[in-house]
Parts: sequence; structure tokens; C-alpha cells
Amino acid sequence: MIKIERVNKWYGSYHALVDITEDVAKGEVVVVCGPSGSGKSTLIRTLNRLEPIQSGRIVVDGVDAYGRHVKLNAFRSRIGFVFQQFNLFPHISVLENCTLAPTRLRGLKPSEARDEALTLLDRVGLAAKARAYPGELSGGQQQRVAIARALAMRPPLMLFDEPTSALDPEMVGEVLLVMRDLARDGMTMVCVTHEMGFARDVADRVLFMDQGKVLERAVPSEFFARPEHPRLRQFLSDIRTPFLQAA
Amino acid sequence: MTPLFDLDLLLTGTYHDWLVAGLITSLSLTGISLALALPLAILIALIRLSPVKVLQWSGFAFVEAIRNVPLLAHMLFWYFGAPELLPTALREWLYARNIEATSAIIALTLYTAAYMSEDVRSGIRSIPGQQFEAARALGFSFVASMRLVVLPQALRVTIPPLISQTLNLWKDTSIATVIGVAELMYQAAKVESASFRSFEAFAFASACYLGMSLLITGAAGWYQGRFPVRAA
Repeated sequence: MIKIERVNKWYGSYHALVDITEDVAKGEVVVVCGPSGSGKSTLIRTLNRLEPIQSGRIVVDGVDAYGRHVKLNAFRSRIGFVFQQFNLFPHISVLENCTLAPTRLRGLKPSEARDEALTLLDRVGLAAKARAYPGELSGGQQQRVAIARALAMRPPLMLFDEPTSALDPEMVGEVLLVMRDLARDGMTMVCVTHEMGFARDVADRVLFMDQGKVLERAVPSEFFARPEHPRLRQFLSDIRTPFLQAA
Repeated sequence: MTPLFDLDLLLTGTYHDWLVAGLITSLSLTGISLALALPLAILIALIRLSPVKVLQWSGFAFVEAIRNVPLLAHMLFWYFGAPELLPTALREWLYARNIEATSAIIALTLYTAAYMSEDVRSGIRSIPGQQFEAARALGFSFVASMRLVVLPQALRVTIPPLISQTLNLWKDTSIATVIGVAELMYQAAKVESASFRSFEAFAFASACYLGMSLLITGAAGWYQGRFPVRAA
């Protein structure tokens, strides 16, 4: 589904992505974790070309993302993207957030788009909020709507860029449950997240990044039980025992 | 004996007809100029926000060149100056028609658009970049993202300053009197010189300006209630 080949990206002289080569199979759930500034958000943002790359190749669902003849808008419309800050459109209702792109870009009739959107909102547990405006919802609810909005384009692939990092702790669970159900339904997903519980229970594979490089990739059981790279061992021990480290 | 304030003069007869015709002309000038200026203002704002340096610079030059010259000079330029540059045939065609009103509309449109584009631009800048990015990520083009996501939010934020520009436009139509457009002030002066009823004539004009201004403000209030600014 995704082929990343020798991708490099610089911000000025800063080497943000260093020779990344990864594959994601159809139906696979890959979690990307790592310390801040490790390049994990940059990586996921290159997959739908929100960030340019300087060298390498990324092929998503058979389309060369940075190829010369790629139809960028059509390409992006087939990739669901969920942002850390939700980024719902505040001037239109929850339902309209979920019907805007399908009516304009998939050519659905308003009634069809509405029915599909209500089904998706029901799936994320928010059908009752269809007429509300985003500002009237909690962060967790907004993020679930954002997932429904992305799903409304029927993408074969979903990307999540730290979807729970901006949420109050009590709202993290509701979003992760929606994501877990999505994974169980066979959606191909790449998730940048710090939620190690989610990585352990839902991911097929976990990548660890630091300083623009993927230092380790493993199935969750291996990743957490037998981390190989010293930097990953350090990372896992830091997030597990912050107080011991400080002492 | 004529009364101190001759209300009948304003309500019926020739003078009444002159004044109402002036009012209609002023309203038309406002309506047409606004209808042209607002899209032009949005276009200039987008040009100034585009990533292309040449476009940014030309938008900046347009705004500064227009708004640093008084409206009176614009009026006189478009009426007396600009037609001189046209080919003779076109100039004669124009003179055979309503060149006064045309010049006034061009001057008012450009002048109002220059001011409005600055308001629209700051409105667009007040919408977080992530909104644009979220629209692009869904697959919308640059133009569609602007039109469906950024501009509807930006214009709501921009309504109060745009209303104040519209009020200025409405009042500025009176300057068209210097190039002989038969708008409200022109007709009031005509009634005054024909009837010597200065107070009635200019009271009528003032009441029209005031009344229309209040209507515009009221419409703005209705709009803001109907389409409130919503935060995420």
C-alpha cells in the first residue's frame, strides 16, 4: 500500500528525514513512535505530500506521490489524514464537515452524502451531534468527527498524526477505541502516537524513530520485550519510569 | 406665506422627483461599486497572499497607489484624465453615453476595493493555516480550499470593517457631484438653486444619508446573527 524508498528531507541545513525506506502492506497497522523532533510527524506528512521531500520516492496505492504527473488533489483525496489539532471547519456543522468533501470531490448527491455521513458519525458514536457545530463539542468528540470526516472520502488508507496528543487524558480512550475498531475492520493505518498501549494491542508493527532515522522496526511483542537499539531501550525506560530517572 | 419647513416640497412635485431621482442614483452608485469592489478586493487580497513575489508586490503597489490619493483626485482623473488616453472612437462612444456615472463607478470601485482588500487580507490571515491544510489534505484545490473553507470564515471576521467601508462608500458617492453625476447631493444643490429652499433640500439629503447608513448597519447586525463567527 505504501512504499517509501530512500527518502531524504532537509529543513535548510537540518536533515529531518535520513534515507528512510519502509513498506506498509494493505491492511497493516503501523505505529510510529519516538522522541519529539525525531521526524515522525514529518514522515507521515510526506506520505500525502503535505511536506515536500528532497530525494527518494514514495508510492501510495500505486501512485508515485512526488511523480511529475501526479494529480495531487485526487491523490490526497484517497488518503485520510487526521491531525493532532482536529482542524474541523468551525463555520459549518458536524454533518457538513463530513459531507463537504464527498459532495464536492466524490460527486455524491447531498442526500447520499448525508446518509453516508450519518452512518460514519454513528460509527464514531456521534450521530446525535450531527447538527452541532465543532465548537460545541469536546476535544475527543471533535477528533472522532475528524476521523469520520476523513473516512467520508472512503480512503483505502488512514494516516494519524498524534491524534490524541492534544486531548485531555480522559478523552484519549474514546478516540483510541474508534481507531482500534477501524483497524479491526481491516483499514490500512499509519499512526504517529505516544500511546504505547495502543501500539502494543493494535499495531502489527512498531517503528522507532530518532534524529530522522528509523532505528528499529518490530512486531509489538518484540518491540517492547526485546528492544535492540540502545536509544529505543532508553526511550522505553524513560516513558515507563520517569520518577526513577529523575531520582 | 411659506412655512418655516416646507414638508410638501419634499413629498410631492418636481423637487420631490428630482431628489428621489438623486437618491436612486446614489443608491445605484453604491450598489454597483460595492458589487464590483468586493470581488476585486478579495482578488487583490489573494494576490497579496499568494506565494509569488511579483504578485505580492503588484498587489501592494495597487493598494498603496490607490489609497494614498484622495477620492476627489480619482474622480477627476477618471472623468477628465483617463478618457484622453483612449482611442478616439471608443472615447466618442463613451461620451455619447453616461461617462460621468461610469467614471464615478470606476473611481469608487477602485478606491473602495483598495481599502476592503486590506480588511479581507487581515481576515484571511486571522484564519489558522491548519484550516487551509486540512482542506488540502481532503483533496481540495487551492481555490476550492479558499472558497469553501478559508474565505467563509475570513469574511465573517471581516464583516465589521467591511460594513464601515460600505458606509464610507455610500457617503463617498456624494463626491461624484464634482463631475456632474446627478446623485443626491447634486440634486439637492439643484433644488436649492431652483427653489431657494436650502434647508429642506439639504435636510432631505442628510436624512437619506443617515437613514441608509443605519439600514446598512442594521443589515450587518442581522448578518452577524445569522452567520456568527464560530471558534473551533
